[in-house]
Amino acid sequence: MSVHPKKLLLALGALVAFAIPAFAQTALTITCRCVAGGVNDAEVQWLQNYVIPNFEKAMADKGTPVKVTLNQFGGSDEALKQQYALDLSVKKGYDVMAFDGFWIPEFASGGLLKPLETVAGSAVTNWDGWSHISQGIQDIMAYDGQRYGIANGTDVRMIFYRKDIFQEAGVPNADSWQPTSWQDIVNTAEMIKKALPNSYPLQIDAGTNMGEATTLQGYYMLILGTGEQPFMNGKWVIRSQGILDTLNFYKKIYVDTKLGDQRVQLVKDGRNQSFANFRDGITSMLVESDWFYRSVTKPGSEFAVKNRDQVMGWAKMPAEKPGMGIRGQDFVTASGGTGWVLNPNTAHPAEAWDLLAFMNSKAARDDFETYQPTISARDDVPVPNNPFLTTTAKILLPLTVSRPNNDAYAKVSEQIQLMTENVVSGQMSPQQAMDAYAAAVTQIVGVQNTVDLLKSASN
Amino acid sequence: MPERRTILPLRTGLLFLAPAAIFVVAFIVLPFFWVAVVSFTNRSLTGPGALHPHFVGLTNYLQLFAPRTFLQPGQFGSSLLITGQFVLFSALIGQAVLGLVLAWLFYRRESWVKQTVQTLAIVAWIIPDVVVAFAWSAFLDYGQGTLNHILTGLGLPRVDWLLGVPMLSIILFNTWRGTAFSMLLFSSALGSIPPSHLETADVTGANAWQKLRDIILPLIRTHIVTDLILITLWTFNTFTPFLITGGGPAFRTEVVSILTYRIAFKYFNFGSGSAIGMIMMLINLAFALVYLSLLRRREATR
Amino acid sequence: MRLLRLVLTRATFYAAAAIFAALFAIPLVWLLFAPFDARANLAVRLPHPFTLANFGKVFANAFAVRALFQNSIIQAGGAMLLVTLLATLAAYALSRSPIRGKDLLSYGLVLFSSIVTGTAAMVPLFLLIYSLGLIDTQLGVILVFTGGLLPAAIFIMRDFVDSIPRSYEESALVAGASAWGMFKDIALPIVRPGMMVVAVWTFVNVWGGFFVPFILLRSPSNMPASVAIYSFYTEGGTPIITLTTAYSLLYTLPVLALYLFVNWRYGFRFFGGIKS
Repeated sequence: MSVHPKKLLLALGALVAFAIPAFAQTALTITCRCVAGGVNDAEVQWLQNYVIPNFEKAMADKGTPVKVTLNQFGGSDEALKQQYALDLSVKKGYDVMAFDGFWIPEFASGGLLKPLETVAGSAVTNWDGWSHISQGIQDIMAYDGQRYGIANGTDVRMIFYRKDIFQEAGVPNADSWQPTSWQDIVNTAEMIKKALPNSYPLQIDAGTNMGEATTLQGYYMLILGTGEQPFMNGKWVIRSQGILDTLNFYKKIYVDTKLGDQRVQLVKDGRNQSFANFRDGITSMLVESDWFYRSVTKPGSEFAVKNRDQVMGWAKMPAEKPGMGIRGQDFVTASGGTGWVLNPNTAHPAEAWDLLAFMNSKAARDDFETYQPTISARDDVPVPNNPFLTTTAKILLPLTVSRPNNDAYAKVSEQIQLMTENVVSGQMSPQQAMDAYAAAVTQIVGVQNTVDLLKSASN
Repeated sequence: MPERRTILPLRTGLLFLAPAAIFVVAFIVLPFFWVAVVSFTNRSLTGPGALHPHFVGLTNYLQLFAPRTFLQPGQFGSSLLITGQFVLFSALIGQAVLGLVLAWLFYRRESWVKQTVQTLAIVAWIIPDVVVAFAWSAFLDYGQGTLNHILTGLGLPRVDWLLGVPMLSIILFNTWRGTAFSMLLFSSALGSIPPSHLETADVTGANAWQKLRDIILPLIRTHIVTDLILITLWTFNTFTPFLITGGGPAFRTEVVSILTYRIAFKYFNFGSGSAIGMIMMLINLAFALVYLSLLRRREATR
Repeated sequence: MRLLRLVLTRATFYAAAAIFAALFAIPLVWLLFAPFDARANLAVRLPHPFTLANFGKVFANAFAVRALFQNSIIQAGGAMLLVTLLATLAAYALSRSPIRGKDLLSYGLVLFSSIVTGTAAMVPLFLLIYSLGLIDTQLGVILVFTGGLLPAAIFIMRDFVDSIPRSYEESALVAGASAWGMFKDIALPIVRPGMMVVAVWTFVNVWGGFFVPFILLRSPSNMPASVAIYSFYTEGGTPIITLTTAYSLLYTLPVLALYLFVNWRYGFRFFGGIKS
């Protein structure tokens, strides 16, 4: 990875723009958790090779020249969120910022972000791109009925499995494996564990170190299969049979049977270790989003699976029992998404919006697909030559559920992670962990916003 | 203390003190008052508490001490107990005792051996946190780590350091990391003892332990107290264990500084985070007073 | 008999010294080998195949090189100069002038500083630096570190100043020396080893500090090495062992060199041992 002198100059430009935006008349800044040659490299390549030059040219042609500077942030998502919050709290920050959808409610309700229409006016309302983005996907970057940003795309979650390991262990139908209940998954895992005693066949994320992955890839994928969600009918569910079933499943896998690698849920770098386990065949079933396919196991990457197209398959996540899933479904999945927001404090709201709209034009999103195929937010941007994404999107998107658009969500999510950690570490029983969760969530959202399904059932 | 001639008049003294005082007021006293005030509010960085923070009285403090949750993993009480163990074993026992042993071992010996050992201890003390974190992650790794490599080489079973005995791991780590300070302080304290004191003991044939107990320790008592105060304060507030264990597994190594980070910087809940900061300061104050009063009492009985 | 005892004592001494040396050295052995190993993992082993290519790759990352050899040095060096100078002045004042409650003051400040340098006070510090207009400047980082480290530096420094016999200055006073003259000509030369200790201590603390620059800086061009090391992570966000260790080694050398230099030139030791 090399940094050109030009890049240093650009960075210097960012410094100037940050410190004295008033003098930098048409300088725009944009940032993401992305480093050339490092994390989210595709984003950097796309921005630097396509977006910035083409946008600058388009604006110059219009007679309103701009200079766009990309600030590459190399830290963790959590660290980026901290910097955003600090910057926005003093009315600073970059003009256009990469944002995870589930941060929006927290930032919007704190007054740190403003609706796009408030920032950039009617140009937003009149943007022709909205008609190509479904309401559900617009909602990823929305709060309280207002749009705060534009989503790049969305994702879906599933079980990835290793056909080669399945065959080795004698699992029937290794090429088209599809469990229909949690018990099916356990049976398969036990079969593999028996054949390969040193393996940990199943990975369902748990614990605080995995952060939001625990909530969405782990807990959600299970609790949806019990027909419940953490937030139902405007209230947070603090006690329920679904929570107990979910926690008991975690306990069975990580504490009772060791079908999953307990260590990985608890150590600091566990998520990457879980990827390494899958790459090495120690783990043969792993619940993840399509990101696992398009980025983590991509050929040439650190966790690339050899002969991926032959040995790696995917299956839908079953409900606890057929028909028991959310909305009576047999199979469940969950979706999130990331996108870009406008800084409400930008000195150039019109130009910043122009940039955001340009980044989400059909041409720009088409170009992004050449760097990294993804399920685009726009319905007119197909996934090129990628049967995996095309198929999973078609099958799973109709089944999907998104996280609640609620400002307490991020805090409750941390409590969910904590609750799973308490169980998989073996230091609490599912009942105790649920009680601790109930107390903590009640403290966060207030008792009037909670519901105890066990209590109302017995009454 | 006998009346001594004033070397610096008060006004000149204050003038000399002024630049440091400005820094201290700006970067320590002001933030301190911010923390003190915010600890009585529901202020947060995101969410409704960012838009309309208001005073909530003692709520933050009462929540920290809520009896139902106080001692649960990840809660304040449990974190306090962990911190207490961490300070007791890694600072008071680990660093101070090992520091004294090292200082005593090389007392009145100037040689390359002393230089080597002391330099190694100091290297452990001065290398940057993130580097130390890499080194210790590799050192303690279950599958490939150096320590388990040595254990298996000796025919002993491997230990799951970070998951099985995480407290022991961070205690060993912090002892290793911080012993140099106590060692340096005790070395120079020993160096300030007039040799005549020990020569008398040599004549009476006292052994090393007797000399240490009866002559050395009483003479360097004040240094011991100072050392204990400083390393207690520092260890109470160190964040480095986070780089090795992240506070886990399951909060078992979540010392108070990590808890504060989680509450103030992950949850952006400044009110509660500040309340923890205030309580920690009171605890530190209590420790300092206890040490100092021990010192006074000993002085009075002499 | 006496000879035997002497030999035994010596043997015990060397054995103890060897054990202590090993205890401190072993956790670092991996760090010493891995950067030279083309296929390093977490296991300790002699580099095989031996390579210097990792360093080449590190040096090719202009951002990280600049962070280490420019920004870290500016920040640690700036704070070092400020802290050493101000702490010496302040310690001299506390030692030599009739300021009331100065012991209480020293302790109180160390106590305060320990909470303020913790994570709880990062937000007020951010707001303060913001209101000074110093966000994303090296100066902001230097100021915050200086404020945070001064109390303990004054504490350490007082020990050195207190141990200067007062008679030196008393006779200078009789000869009509000014306060500044006494400080400069009498105190400074004697406490120089103390200043060196404080200087090294400050440098080391800023050099390794992650939080303050992370909170206060934004532009890659201002970041110090403690932040830049994260640029040697993979696309998935894991450290690339060969490169992070190579950078770690480079990142450690300056503090090591500074310590060795000061130790050789002035002796790295506390004076009479800090007294309370």
